[in-house]
Amino acid sequence: MHIVDGALSVPVLAIGAVLTAAGVALGLKKMDYDHLPQVGVLSAAFFIASYIHLPIGFSSVHLILNGLIGLALGWAAFPALLIALFLQAVFFGFGGFVVLGVNTLNIALPAVLVYYGCRYGIQSSSPKVAAIWGAIGGAGSIILTTLMVAVSLMLSGEGFALAAKATFIAHIPVMIIEGFVTASAVLLIRKVKPTFLGLDEERVYG
Amino acid sequence: MPEFLEHSGTSWQGQKVKHHRSIVDHIDPRLRVVMASLFALITVLSQSFLSLCVAVGVGLLLALLARLNLKRTLRRVLAMDMFMIFLIILLPFTTPGETWFSILGLSASKEGFLHAVVILLKAHAVVLTLLALIGTLSATVLGHALARLRIPDKLVHLMLFTVRYLEVIGQEYKRMRRAMKARAFVLRTDRHTWRSIGYLIGMLLVHSLERSERIMDAMKCRGYQGKFYLFDDMRLSQKDLTFSLIFTPVLCLLIGLNFL
Repeated sequence: MHIVDGALSVPVLAIGAVLTAAGVALGLKKMDYDHLPQVGVLSAAFFIASYIHLPIGFSSVHLILNGLIGLALGWAAFPALLIALFLQAVFFGFGGFVVLGVNTLNIALPAVLVYYGCRYGIQSSSPKVAAIWGAIGGAGSIILTTLMVAVSLMLSGEGFALAAKATFIAHIPVMIIEGFVTASAVLLIRKVKPTFLGLDEERVYG
Repeated sequence: MPEFLEHSGTSWQGQKVKHHRSIVDHIDPRLRVVMASLFALITVLSQSFLSLCVAVGVGLLLALLARLNLKRTLRRVLAMDMFMIFLIILLPFTTPGETWFSILGLSASKEGFLHAVVILLKAHAVVLTLLALIGTLSATVLGHALARLRIPDKLVHLMLFTVRYLEVIGQEYKRMRRAMKARAFVLRTDRHTWRSIGYLIGMLLVHSLERSERIMDAMKCRGYQGKFYLFDDMRLSQKDLTFSLIFTPVLCLLIGLNFL
């Protein structure tokens, strides 16, 4: 889901950089030093988890998990994802350097939106309702991310229109898989460590 | 994407990747970060072919000087190419303009082809320079360099933490996957796989969170007050001056070639 350096137009790059800077600043402000190890370890966990490749037909897709990142970290998703993308760019040559702002925005903003949209849903007392909200968060974040990638491409040149549409269609399987995976992860975390998602145990176990 | 091209983050080796010492290692990390960023910025903003060709040349030269592992670098560059190949192939056919050649009734425009080449050149120039100048730093040194460059404290701490625990969490993940394999779990395209992977990720997060709580306690026990101390003192030396004296004109040349 990364865009490489050189593809986007200058205004798109600039807007992405400015908005990401704002998001990161807000995320850092909301994260005090006591939560630093927590955010750091969780972003390492997401870094690892997002490399899990799941087979699909003859090909395979890798998870992005930004819905789950949003649910777990809230606004701290911005700095956490910026760092993950930065590390990937400089050590693996994956993604780009100047497009870091756009790439971070495209992945982190949906995460934050999922945090606000699905936070209450996954706290529901019924596991089924919570799982559905988890699935909405997982699939929804990928839909939003793909749309944002498509928009950033389209704003950069009309020649990208077809590629943008193709990106969206190619990611439909990812949306479905992320939905299932996020829902199961939410269910498990509710059972094992309810406080993680801001739940108190009484509400889960009634 | 073929297996061998996939970036294996789960076997993150961070600082353990074998790396030959080279002249690039003598340059101050801060200078490397600043120069690589300037280079990336200038390259991405450039429009002229000549300038971009020179930029790719500079990238290759830096990669050679840094004695990058040929196989590893090739794998990374190829993986990046795989990533954008789709976009590049489509561009000539989707960009409006006079027909240049046509395949299967689809007409390709010259403008689109040129645009595709420009993107390819930019991406390669930047990725080679990044891998050569910054990718050869250890993550810790990079963190310190960023801190010295006035990147917000918290962001740098967060990066150092993430890097430190990538390895640990990676081990944890492998351990859990081994346990699943021992119980005959095979990845397939079905709901059972997705549910199991969901549980795996959930458990990984829970384990990580509990670990982070222990880390916090251990750090508090040793007097952590929300501050790390950077012990290294980075000083610019004669070599850094030489590097700047060579690299700055190159950057100016890259800018200048745009206005020819």
